[in-house]
Amino acid sequence: MSEAPALSVAGVGHRFGARAALADVSLSVERGRFMALLGPNGAGKTTLFSVITRLYNNQEGRVAIFGHALDREPSRALARLGVVFQARTLDTDLTVEQNLAYHASLHGIARRAARERIAALLDRVGLADRRADKVRTLSGGQSRRIEIARSLIHRPSLLLLDEPTVGLDLESRADIVAIVRALVREEGLSVLWATHIFEEISPEDDAVVLHRGRIVARGTAGTIGQGAESLEDAFRRLVAEPGRKAA
Amino acid sequence: MSTSANPTAQRAPAHLGRLDAVGYLICLGGIVRRELLRFFNQKERFFSAMVRPLVWLFIFAAGFRNTLGVSIEPPYQTYVLYEVYVVPGLAVMIQLFNGMQSSLSMVYDREVGSMKVLLTSPYPRWLLLLAKLVAGVSVSVVQAYAFLAVAWFWETDIPPLGYFAALPAFLASGLMLGAIGLFLSSLVRQLENFASVMNFVIFPMFFASSALYPLWRIRESSETLYWICQCNPFTHAVQLVRFALYGQFEPVACAVVVGTTLAFFSLAVVAYDPGRGIMARRGGPAGDNA
Repeated sequence: MSEAPALSVAGVGHRFGARAALADVSLSVERGRFMALLGPNGAGKTTLFSVITRLYNNQEGRVAIFGHALDREPSRALARLGVVFQARTLDTDLTVEQNLAYHASLHGIARRAARERIAALLDRVGLADRRADKVRTLSGGQSRRIEIARSLIHRPSLLLLDEPTVGLDLESRADIVAIVRALVREEGLSVLWATHIFEEISPEDDAVVLHRGRIVARGTAGTIGQGAESLEDAFRRLVAEPGRKAA
Repeated sequence: MSTSANPTAQRAPAHLGRLDAVGYLICLGGIVRRELLRFFNQKERFFSAMVRPLVWLFIFAAGFRNTLGVSIEPPYQTYVLYEVYVVPGLAVMIQLFNGMQSSLSMVYDREVGSMKVLLTSPYPRWLLLLAKLVAGVSVSVVQAYAFLAVAWFWETDIPPLGYFAALPAFLASGLMLGAIGLFLSSLVRQLENFASVMNFVIFPMFFASSALYPLWRIRESSETLYWICQCNPFTHAVQLVRFALYGQFEPVACAVVVGTTLAFFSLAVVAYDPGRGIMARRGGPAGDNA
């Protein structure tokens, strides 16, 4: 069990009626690694995240988190998992602390432990002074940082982030990348980061490219980019469609 | 910036939080607290929930006071004024609206994504839905008693002990209406469709019941309508509360309320199950098919 990867996705398929959103997707996030999930809009990234987080049924294939199969041990699997969804999911009428305390309770963390953890995490994301403020008074980048703090509240070992920097300015984007990179480096967190922003990826990161529900390339970001001018260039070629300029 | 595998990964700190019964109670408490916070943050929601039954009581019932006499029938031991008759029905009407309102907030949660956050909690989904239900019922019971407190000034004639005796009845009727709302929330895909729920669920349930008039009166005009009212679970919720307010127990009403609660809650659990759920078959929350 101790050898199991942080996340193992094996042969996962998902259909919406007749349309196949995912077909035979396999990937593995090793412990303590940062993996980038690249794909144009509509590639199936969010569907894959929904299957991993058990929002959708696992129709085909197998998902396991630290060796806990999602269909057999959903509680143990989900307890190890932290998620930052693409859409903003904070309660804007509640304060930062109320939002985080709510999430702590969803994971069965008692009040006192939650309070300490919230203080530590707000410190970590640099927003300790906004603890009592309503979420609606925060900027987009600050809300995102709070969402990252929230996803970490139960000390997950695997963090899933679905395009967490979309719609943010350059500085906020860099902040978020730096926070997550530090978590990988210092705390050994495993990360699956869906994106189509190439500046967020380092050559030594693991990466998979998802296109039309299938994985079309895998390796480190550096090897995927080999033979092309850049990773972005390689990506454009991989997802190019005849008669249409690629994303 | 290098993030290659490092030794600390093997000794990542243990998951915080617990998956046992205590953990679940913490989870339940958190969900109820959030619902109450949201409720008290939306003062207009509280007042509109209060205004509706009070308008019925102060205006409608006063207007019909002389036209709609109510003859003696249990639990009343004497002739009662129309205002006295409608109070239990109006209190349960608050719960009906509240049940549908929490269902609406489930649909809203699904649209804005906070439902996803709830469903990624490691606890079994039926426990999460039950927590949602309990949270909604807490709000609805607070509202029902706030209404009874105001109505008390209007000679509602309820014995003091009745207020205590009715608490379990209010909890049961709140659970039933909340469970119906929970199930409906799984059927309604978008917030805009909710107006039809109002028209096709709330109004028929409310009017085809014993909330505003005793059923024998309806039977006088139509036998069919009478049986429709008898089959309406809302009728039984009203009767359960009405009897309890006068310190009496109505076993048939209780059985119907408990049975309906179990049936709709089970349906909701199935609907929210990722394996069999309606959400999954429909492709999940709107705009999320990428």
